Amino acid sequence: MSEVADRIKEIIKPENLVYAKSPVLNDDIMHYCPGCSHGVVHRLIAEVIEEMGIQEQTIGISPVGCAVFAYNYIDIDWQEAAHGRAPAVATGIKRVMPDKYVFTYQGDGDLAAIGTAETFHAVNRGENIVMIFINNAIYGMTGGQMAPTTLVGQVTATTPNGRDVDLNGYPLRITELLAQLPGAAFVTRQSVQNPAAVRKTKKAIRKAFEIQAMKKGTAFVEVVSTCSSGWKLSPVESNKWMEENMFPQYPLGDLKDSSRADADLYRIKG
Amino acid sequence: MAKVRGAVVVDTEVCKGCNLCVVACPTQTLALNRNVNNKGYHYSYMENPENCTGCTNCAAVCPDSCITVYRAKFEN
Ligand SMILES: Cc1ncc(C[n+]2csc(CCOP(=O)(O)OP(=O)(O)O)c2C)c(N)n1
Ligand code: SF4
Ligand code: SF4
Ligand code: SF4
Ligand SMILES: [Mg+2]
Repeated sequence: MSEVADRIKEIIKPENLVYAKSPVLNDDIMHYCPGCSHGVVHRLIAEVIEEMGIQEQTIGISPVGCAVFAYNYIDIDWQEAAHGRAPAVATGIKRVMPDKYVFTYQGDGDLAAIGTAETFHAVNRGENIVMIFINNAIYGMTGGQMAPTTLVGQVTATTPNGRDVDLNGYPLRITELLAQLPGAAFVTRQSVQNPAAVRKTKKAIRKAFEIQAMKKGTAFVEVVSTCSSGWKLSPVESNKWMEENMFPQYPLGDLKDSSRADADLYRIKG
Repeated sequence: MAKVRGAVVVDTEVCKGCNLCVVACPTQTLALNRNVNNKGYHYSYMENPENCTGCTNCAAVCPDSCITVYRAKFEN
């Protein structure tokens, strides 16, 4: 045993460090439930900001939803928006400060229910912003009510017998719709259920910020996420449930990767 | 032949015992401790430290950024 302890002591030295928490994350302990995807995505955003060296130039817009306090964790400038209005607030900030990196961070209730209009029109205008969309198929913050993205048959506080299409309509694949809009430059759907997925999501977030620097239009990153409290499963069971149920409805991968559409395509002739 | 060995340090007071790092570890290094931290969470620790390769998978999935990873090469 002491041989193992000696070996560990030899390994734990500054010159052997291969991973440490990003300095762009501050020391506040996150209020999220154990295992919540929000924490993983916060960390990836912080790491991208650190690696791109843009901590002083980045402004985040936090939503209403569990991530309302995102500003307590990532050490950049923030503006909190009213429920669903983050893309409108981001538009204003980006237009008066075009050299800043501006991103919204929104849940499915925020982005795809109350904020649908702001979401669609910001992307359709091709605002040079990044939008991070945490789709956990539920209203986490308010106690687990049905969201537009809730799956058919999924039990929530407001669908105790499961989502019924006759009563509640269908799960909204808003990301597919946004990919149709000419203002969308980069649209992707990722997840964070295992180390490989986490690394892919980080690459996607980095690409989204780089697209903003190139002023190519809106870069939109959906992260299919878990809400173990709302789903009433453990974090590990939640990942499994997500893989089995969410991924068929919300398949992972890039939906669009191009610069903003040519305005000539849309111009009147003559 | 040189062998790569790793070790992790868990910030036990920040850990929420979610178990995601335990299942993400390809070498069964980690487990949740029988003891709890001040918040009542069974924190993650190296149950089998000799297994760790320093691959950083555990840190990649940790929502609370409480894992630091080290890696070194040894000749034996
Ligand atoms: C104008 C307004 N309407 C309703 C609410 C109540 N409310 C707070 S958060 C929320 C939904 C949160 O769900 P989501 O955006 O999916 O975020 P999550 O908590 O799941 O991350 C709602 C309806 C509010 N705060 N303000
Ligand atoms: S309620 Fe759901 S989304 Fe909110 S912190 Fe808990 S697990 Fe995360
Ligand atoms: S660094 Fe890799 S091997 Fe070591 S505990 Fe973490 S996941 Fe396991
Ligand atoms: S993933 Fe992080 S918070 Fe969860 S048990 Fe492991 S060290 Fe603790
Ligand atoms: Mg939600």
